[in-house]
Amino acid sequence: MAMSFNKTGDHEWELNVCGYTCPHPQMYTKKALQKIESGDVLSLIFDNPSSGESIQAMCEAEGSDLIDRQEGSGSFIWKIRKA
Amino acid sequence: MSGVATAGVASGGSWFSRKGNLQALGVFLFVVAGSVWALALDTRFVYMLVYVWFGLAYGMLLQYGRFCMASAVRDLFAVKVPRMAVGMMIAVALYAVVAAIVTLSGFSTFHPNAMGWHIVVGAAIFGFGIVFTGGCASGSLYKAGEGNMNSMLVVIAISFAQAIVVSASGWWDRLVPASWVAAAAAQDMPAELTVTEGWFDIFTAGHIWGLKGTTTAEIFGMAESVAGIVWLNTFLTAILPVALILIALYVFYYRKGYLRRSGKAAPSFGDELAGIWAMCTSSKNTALAGIGLGILAGLHMYVTGALREHYGIFNFGELLVAMGYTNGLSIQDTVFDPGYWYITTQEAQWGGWIMQKLGIDSMDSIFFGLDNGLPNPLLNAPGFMSIGIILGASVMALSRREFKWKMPTWETAFFAIVGGTLMGIGARLAMGCNIGAFFATVTNGDPSGWVFLIGMTLGAFVGVKVFTWWMDWSSARKASECGL
Repeated sequence: MAMSFNKTGDHEWELNVCGYTCPHPQMYTKKALQKIESGDVLSLIFDNPSSGESIQAMCEAEGSDLIDRQEGSGSFIWKIRKA
Repeated sequence: MSGVATAGVASGGSWFSRKGNLQALGVFLFVVAGSVWALALDTRFVYMLVYVWFGLAYGMLLQYGRFCMASAVRDLFAVKVPRMAVGMMIAVALYAVVAAIVTLSGFSTFHPNAMGWHIVVGAAIFGFGIVFTGGCASGSLYKAGEGNMNSMLVVIAISFAQAIVVSASGWWDRLVPASWVAAAAAQDMPAELTVTEGWFDIFTAGHIWGLKGTTTAEIFGMAESVAGIVWLNTFLTAILPVALILIALYVFYYRKGYLRRSGKAAPSFGDELAGIWAMCTSSKNTALAGIGLGILAGLHMYVTGALREHYGIFNFGELLVAMGYTNGLSIQDTVFDPGYWYITTQEAQWGGWIMQKLGIDSMDSIFFGLDNGLPNPLLNAPGFMSIGIILGASVMALSRREFKWKMPTWETAFFAIVGGTLMGIGARLAMGCNIGAFFATVTNGDPSGWVFLIGMTLGAFVGVKVFTWWMDWSSARKASECGL
């Protein structure tokens, strides 16, 4: 499955990196967060568990909020509000 | 971090009502049944089962902590996250302390690596490769246990790349200087090994054997003393560098964000120490895995050392001969049997064994024919440690509902095969991977591991630059599709 990045609403974006292993998910997330505006919400869909640790640390370092986490069956849907 | 809401999938019902738990239990019982079967065949297989069960525990902890040393160097440069580098340092410190106790008790199985430029070159190639595979040698095994077939491809690529590297001859022999050929010829080795044919044999006999491998305590003539083991091997070679690296990680990657979040414009020394502690505990999973892996890795040496003493052996090959299994042993009747956590050599044996079955014999090489042998995978003790890592990670991933079959695409398969091949080549040049040539060395007083880490870091730095360039190019090319 190819990576996709779309605007899904006002100040809302979706990045789907399912099927990718490290370092793709965290690097694509970094690029996506650079692209969107402060206050925008990014819905991140991924299925590489170890990327989650790096993405969480990246959000913490940059002050972005991880406002929701849905996890199950090997897939993760996280919502990140950019600082 | 503020505003984090964790909303997992509903967790009602009994433990046994969850499919993942039952599957995890099934994998665990499979290992138990296999162990019982092996012991029923011959109780001396307990030696091999030590590798199996430590591997299982390593796999569980690696998956629990998302513990991958590739991430330690790659994520520093790619996304400026020190999480895994910190976890790796915690594991090194704990392993070093336990290793000191094991050495003092007389059960250490450790042998230092030869120090030389080959470590930097091999580690740099290895470090470049791990950026593209998404995992180090152990990381690829545990991710394969999560159902990631890209990582399984990496393991396969590492296996065959190494087997080809150590047994190739012909035009490959032009890669080594004539002086190494002459030095190899002067080694007076058995003719069946043909040490002047095959570039890796020439490299090994003509160059590596001329280099010295030692611990810091040995350098100062204190290898047998408590002070040498504790202060020189453990403190000076492991704990002090770990402390300095943690401080550097804090200063360059964590301090700014920590002070901003804690609102301290003029931090005191106590605030700085609190910041270092916050960095070490920012990912509890990783920190706990680091502690567990460090302790287990040391205990692994102790248990294997005690079993060697119990059976009066130096190598598992002797036990195999005593049990009547003589196929695939080296000409010294040995097999690869490090006695501690190691990854790449047993994978090379898998590749070499399959190639042998396909008619490509490599037992005339030093690597297989003199040192490690090519045992049947069912009798490959460290090989079962690697399989144990896969199964242990499966148990943990299934029970945490993180197991998912992930099939490669052309793009991810390309990265896995090319990156895995580079990892295999690098690991053989450096005489080990991030586990055997770094983790197991610095913790036992062998400074060559830090040289490996420097080389791996340099390779990963260049790898991240190349990978970032590729991502930017790829994203620009597909901008109309992905918009990134």
